[in-house]
Amino acid sequence: MMKNRWIALYVENQVGVLAKVSGLFSGKSYNLQSLTVGTTEDETVSRMTICVTSDDVTFEQIKKQLNRMVEVIKVIDLTDMPIHMKEILFAKVKNCSVEDKAELFQIAQVFHVEVSDIGKDSVLLECKMTERRNNELIDLLRSKFKQIEIVRGGAVAIESISTSCAGRAEYFRK
Amino acid sequence: MAMDMTGRKLFVKALLEEGVDTVFGYPGGMVTDILDELYKHEEIDLVLPRHEQGLVHEAEGYARATGKTGVCIVTSGPGATNIITGLADAHYDSIPLVCITGQVPLNLIGNDAFQEVDIVGMASSITKYSVTVRDRKDLGKILKMAFYIARSGKPGPVLVDLPKDIQTAVGPGDYPESVSIRGYKPNESVHIGQLKKGYKLLKSAQRPLFLIGGGVNIAKANEKLLKLVEKTKIPMVTTVMGKGAIPTDHPYYIGNSGMHGRYAANIAVGQCDVLFSIGTRFNDRITGDLNEFAPKAQIVHVDIDTASISRNVVVDVPIVADANLALEKLLEWAEPQNTQEWLEQIQEWDKENPLEMRRDKGMTPQMILEQINQQFEEGIIVTDVGQHQMWASQYIELNEKKQFITSGGLGTMGFGFPAAIGAKIGCPEKPVVCISGDGGMQMNIQELATAMAQGANVIVCIFNNYYLGMVRQMQQLFYGKRYEATCLRSRKSCPKDCKGPSGNCPPYEPDFVKLAESYGACGIRVAKESEIVPALEQAKQCSTPVLIEFMIATEEIVLPMVKGGNPMTEMILK
Repeated sequence: MMKNRWIALYVENQVGVLAKVSGLFSGKSYNLQSLTVGTTEDETVSRMTICVTSDDVTFEQIKKQLNRMVEVIKVIDLTDMPIHMKEILFAKVKNCSVEDKAELFQIAQVFHVEVSDIGKDSVLLECKMTERRNNELIDLLRSKFKQIEIVRGGAVAIESISTSCAGRAEYFRK
Repeated sequence: MAMDMTGRKLFVKALLEEGVDTVFGYPGGMVTDILDELYKHEEIDLVLPRHEQGLVHEAEGYARATGKTGVCIVTSGPGATNIITGLADAHYDSIPLVCITGQVPLNLIGNDAFQEVDIVGMASSITKYSVTVRDRKDLGKILKMAFYIARSGKPGPVLVDLPKDIQTAVGPGDYPESVSIRGYKPNESVHIGQLKKGYKLLKSAQRPLFLIGGGVNIAKANEKLLKLVEKTKIPMVTTVMGKGAIPTDHPYYIGNSGMHGRYAANIAVGQCDVLFSIGTRFNDRITGDLNEFAPKAQIVHVDIDTASISRNVVVDVPIVADANLALEKLLEWAEPQNTQEWLEQIQEWDKENPLEMRRDKGMTPQMILEQINQQFEEGIIVTDVGQHQMWASQYIELNEKKQFITSGGLGTMGFGFPAAIGAKIGCPEKPVVCISGDGGMQMNIQELATAMAQGANVIVCIFNNYYLGMVRQMQQLFYGKRYEATCLRSRKSCPKDCKGPSGNCPPYEPDFVKLAESYGACGIRVAKESEIVPALEQAKQCSTPVLIEFMIATEEIVLPMVKGGNPMTEMILK
């Protein structure tokens, strides 16, 4: 079945590794949705959070192909695991009237996001929510305002400690 | 702790500790330091080819013939890009290579410096591992990793990009004895439970069949496989790369399966109820239409590469293991099975459509190949890519004294001749016969000079039909004989709508006999059947490389044939 799936990938923190991982996806025609990367507590290791859209067979193959790369230390399939997953999103709304600004503050309050900058006719929202919640916010802003600028970072996920307060990847799906 | 030394000194130390006695190298500005260091070492032979593509195929042939790792040294930029095809070829056919590419000094990388290319970026999808050495202190470890990765697990090519200043910089002189890589742990055991499950399935079969790929030859598990086949009495087919896994005249060996496989072999795959495969990735040339592949069979798949399993064909029992280990275990359990009826049935299919070419008019490839079988009791048969390759894969007989080397996965024209030179350099005591087409031979013909210089006295048999025959065969069968771009006699003066040879075709170039002679090699032309044996006998006596040009019928085709994407049981037989 075609669906979104998530992988956490531990890789060597070396020049060219990101290019190799992303090259694997393009070279083999895998459908990459998002990829984030950053260092871990061990500075020689980076961790990637990858979202792909694929069927079961292709997803198995993706995991195997990643595992086969010398620079890949560990592949974790997050799809059915209890995890915490967040995505950072900046939404800049321009050409705001005074009423628009008031409404944006209300929206920020309801969505629990921060208004991190403001100008004569613009407002910047800073959001750390699930991808799904971010999508909802974007949809709302699109429906209400004409000029918006969106910058989003891709999802970052970590396995949960206690299963009760985490969601499954299923929950975060768009 | 060894004394500090230059990178170039450590590089040669690494070669010596890895037991490397032959390297394939072509000079250039960014490898002069390494070459200068090698100048001091008599214990390492440097083979100088005439083109880097020839170089890398020579290293492949050397590696396949000797089982050792082929070592290549080329310069940055064009030197590096010229080995790309060979890297891809070695990657597909699991050939262990360590390729050192010179690189511009670290501070010039990214400046579009003279002869600078991002070879690691280009090669990463066609190598097992590729890396730039960015710190002199890592050099020893990276070289150790390169050799370890190239030859362990599923072997393959490794590229080490070596900036010029790393070669001259002084740093630690230690070459590690072993290396542990956290992201690379080749499989060194067998899952006994899975293997037992696979064997149980095999044992329960009424019409069991082994499908053997190149993995068995790479693992050198031939003897064990032969014992298993004999003990279980189960018939066996091979892929092109698996050919020779057991002697081809063995009563349980049916032949190659696949696009140009033997009729009985493809029918047997279609009819078997358990297909036990070892060391093949079920490439499209073996399976044809995936929905129609072995439709009645449950499939057991043993392969060292996890990613090869259940990729193309969904299998019932996947087993990740080295062929050697799996066969060893299987031998412990193996018991005779009642396959008499099944074997007879297969023989009947073979009688219905045996592998045979016409014998009524003129010399055929089969006649030449039969004489090659007769004339050489031992040795290495190397092929290029095309019709001659498929004929060789059909008619060449192999046993434990004979090895077959061919470019199976990538299908690289121009592979055969240099690979044969490399094989001869690695095994000078064995006769090496290269079977090539007139097209592929011209892709690396400059290596005649290398063969002469190295005293690599290979016997090259060119099957000359004036065409790029494999594609022409497709045009002949599926494109209304519109021979676009496949006739090697074609000139500007020829009519555009040519549909085959006429009485006034232009002459063929080059004159292979004269060309061979111009290099100081021996050239022989064979136009009819009666000349085959004398030519081969003369070739065996020669003290130079020999090139025999066999003038075969122009429109001969490889049969049986399955059209790409069709079921393997739908064969064109006539």
